Amino acid sequence: MDLLTDVALLSRIQFALTVAYHFFFVPLSIGLGLILAINATKHYRAVKRGDASAEQEGNAVRFWVKIFTATFAIGVATGITMEFSFGTNWANYSRFVGDIFGAPLAAEALFAFFLESVFLGVLLFGRNRVSLKFYTVSAWLVWFGSCLSALWILIANSWMQTPAGAQLAADGSKAVITDFLAAAFNPSILPRYAHTVIALLIMGAFVAMAVAAWYLLRGKFKEFALKTMKIGAVVGIVASCAMIFAAHASAVLVWEEQPTKMAMMEGMYEDEIPPLYAFGWVDENGEKVLAPFAIPGGTSFLATGTFDTEYQGLNSLAETEKYGDINPSELPVNLVFQSYHLMVAMYGAIMLVVILALVFTLRGGKIANMKWLQRLIVIGPLFPFIAIQTGWITAEVGRQPWVVYPSVSGPDGVSLLTNDAISQSVSAPELLITLALFIAIYAFLLIGWIRIVKGFIQKGPVGDEVAPAQDMTPTRATVSAVPATETASASAVETADASKEGE
Amino acid sequence: MTFLQILWFILIFVLIAGYFVLDGFDLGAGVLYPVLGKNERDKAVVRRAIGPVWDGNEVWLLTAGGALFAAFAPAYATTFSGFYLAVMLVLFGLIVRAVSLEYRAHDPKWARLWDVLFTVGSLLPALLLGVAVGNIYAGIPMDAAGNYSGVPLLGLITPFTLLCGLLGLAMCLAAGASWVALKAPKPSDMQDRAAKLRMPLQIVALVLFAAVSVYALVIVQPEMAAQLGVVRWVFAILFVVAVVAAIMAGKKNCDIGSFVLQSAAAVCLVALLAASMFPNLVVASADSVGASITIASAASSELALSWMTGIACVGVPLVLIYHVIIYRTFRGRVADDELDY
Ligand code: HDD
Ligand code: HEM
Ligand code: HEM
Repeated sequence: MDLLTDVALLSRIQFALTVAYHFFFVPLSIGLGLILAINATKHYRAVKRGDASAEQEGNAVRFWVKIFTATFAIGVATGITMEFSFGTNWANYSRFVGDIFGAPLAAEALFAFFLESVFLGVLLFGRNRVSLKFYTVSAWLVWFGSCLSALWILIANSWMQTPAGAQLAADGSKAVITDFLAAAFNPSILPRYAHTVIALLIMGAFVAMAVAAWYLLRGKFKEFALKTMKIGAVVGIVASCAMIFAAHASAVLVWEEQPTKMAMMEGMYEDEIPPLYAFGWVDENGEKVLAPFAIPGGTSFLATGTFDTEYQGLNSLAETEKYGDINPSELPVNLVFQSYHLMVAMYGAIMLVVILALVFTLRGGKIANMKWLQRLIVIGPLFPFIAIQTGWITAEVGRQPWVVYPSVSGPDGVSLLTNDAISQSVSAPELLITLALFIAIYAFLLIGWIRIVKGFIQKGPVGDEVAPAQDMTPTRATVSAVPATETASASAVETADASKEGE
Repeated sequence: MTFLQILWFILIFVLIAGYFVLDGFDLGAGVLYPVLGKNERDKAVVRRAIGPVWDGNEVWLLTAGGALFAAFAPAYATTFSGFYLAVMLVLFGLIVRAVSLEYRAHDPKWARLWDVLFTVGSLLPALLLGVAVGNIYAGIPMDAAGNYSGVPLLGLITPFTLLCGLLGLAMCLAAGASWVALKAPKPSDMQDRAAKLRMPLQIVALVLFAAVSVYALVIVQPEMAAQLGVVRWVFAILFVVAVVAAIMAGKKNCDIGSFVLQSAAAVCLVALLAASMFPNLVVASADSVGASITIASAASSELALSWMTGIACVGVPLVLIYHVIIYRTFRGRVADDELDY
């Protein structure tokens, strides 16, 4: 394994970095997309009722639109990397799976990306050009589009985890589709989709709550903060409760379909009845788990309902024909073990935070005076963030050394080793250059994003300050008769609305 | 070649044409941004003119890429990995321009930086995509497995491919100027300047088109000259007619006519390319070990193609409806009170 010359390793590092970065912004957009749509609906209702709160609700919508767009922009930009990466870095992989894997990618663009992008345009620029109803519907369509995009990309990903509906071509060179629906609804898609989307909603709820808690800490925008806290806590508790079922389904699926991943998740080198660890350390040389306590047969019980089901460990799996490609002493067992247990631990932290937030928000807004809880909630987004990243590491690293995994129910021969998936025409120096550029550009974008979002949060959900002189110009598509003057521009955009801030 | 294989060959070029027309004008506007945006207000007008539509425009590229992957995976694999560094430059361009376009208005302190990134980020794809097209047409060296076997990046740049790149760029610039002329408040100084810029750019595009054509026929693939299909002549002539008509419409101050005709010219150019490529997807150069990648050698199975056709039958009408909605919502010129958002 030489970091400077190994094309497969460098490609994996580049893929892992770029996708993990993409998947920092994606949860924020899908999660906050729901928060935004809920706010848009509340605004719509308030206007229809003629409520005095309508203006404030409108400001809240605009606040979330701005944060959402700033996030979405990076999600879009870094998503293009992922879409191209299969061709650029995984050419042999693309040739092997093209018959099956390309269709969901194309469908994602056709069904989801167009929908998202068009209605985001309406959200961002169309406030004065469409009716309020249409505007509200647009917010929901953007969210719907992002959930649809998650479905298609996860179909593609799940197929690599549990291939179905395909067979090996006669010459063994590639996988050929035999049943499209079976491939799309492969064994792991439903658990994975439910688990992932719920995770993203938890993320959105936690970010909304964190923004609210930050305002409470600063004593600003109290009314907005309490309202937002409530929305966040309600979405959060619903999603977290649903998570138990989705997460359990994901785990059961791995236990049934991906024996080597299961063995890595639980640190099993020898055949055993898997116990349940809360945490531990895998001694990779000694091939055993060091843990202070364990519930004997616990994992076996969760997987099958009985306390005495024996599972194969890595060493005996390595002797089977299907999984003979693994080399237990080289697998990153501890990494998978730690990622998996960290994710599960985060679930505890998430539940704790969301229950506290819910209880003290609903009880007449007691939370407004609870500094410690506000501080906890401000750092709250870390928990789902860590769970999401470690969850993907579990799923993806646990799948190694295959990129298309030979799952238990998968068709014979439809599997591909990661090392065989690379692009032959890309050299290590080229990869080093692009890796360095990715790191530089992505770091720069992160700084840009932080600046922008910090600015929005500091300014808060206040009305847009339009300079009075500009207010008079006609709206809609009419041609402005006012000739261009150089002055009427940036200054108006930039004046921070200090006056309204201290409410 | 089966019916579905040919259908998907055509559909992919339809997607490419859609991309070239739509993202063409916003990439072009991005490159012209420093020229047209003389002051804060003019810059805001350019950004606002493409703001609501650029993302949807870019999705055409993603759809084309996805469709190529799904229908002709070997062609997708060979080109994207073979043009690795060039594709990455395109990618970095698309990344920074997307973000700077969204961030510029909200980040006054970094305004200059975002402006530069927006322009450079628009220039890279506008130029390099044409170079890539020049390569698949003129032929690249490939090994037996179909991998590109030439020199990375520099091997892709020849006088011919560079000319193709410039032609692509000129088309984007002409479209960009036309779009801004169509969207900028009128009367305004900036609208004037965009309209004035339009014609020279269109003439440059015509000249480059002539140069590329002669080069392609005389030097790159002389044997093609003999088998020039009628179809190619038709598209070549239509292209010239469309550009000339666009120039004339522009002279009559018909901004919308000029833009539409300019777009039609872009479609003709892609159609001409498709007719010239058929039935190849990636041509192998004379010194190649491997053979050209053709429709028949690269196509996915009939089952995959028929599912994709089903998906397209549902998806394409939806996409067209979305486009009608967005372009209708934002029809007409940008109003002054719409500049801060
Ligand atoms: C559609 C496919 C897909 C999706 C949605 C994801 N991945 Fe993945 N992942 C792959 C397809 C893939 C892959 C192409 O199959 C890789 C590249 C090399 C490999 O071994 O598998 C991979 C590798 C890979 C690795 C490196 C594993 C290793 O080298 O041992 C990591 C850490 C991740 N991924 C993490 C993620 C994260 C954080 C994702 C969240 C978005 C994610 N993956 C989504
Ligand atoms: C390796 C796999 C992935 C690829 C190839 C990929 C591809 C892309 C592409 C090309 C875009 C830009 C679309 C545009 O321009 O509008 C994008 C954005 C997006 N992707 Fe991914 N993506 C991947 C992983 C994921 C996953 C796992 C999810 C969800 C579970 C996801 C959800 C989204 C969403 C919602 C967007 C819209 C932008 C945003 O939300 O920030 N992506 N993706
Ligand atoms: C009781 C707690 C949890 C359990 C038992 C659990 C179980 C699992 C399992 C077994 C996987 C691997 C699936 C595979 O490889 O196919 C997984 C993946 C994942 N987990 Fe969890 N999880 C839990 C909590 C969470 C939480 C709280 C989050 C985020 C908020 C989360 C986010 C993810 C993500 C994003 C993935 C990758 C996508 C996927 O494969 O489904 N998980 N989880």
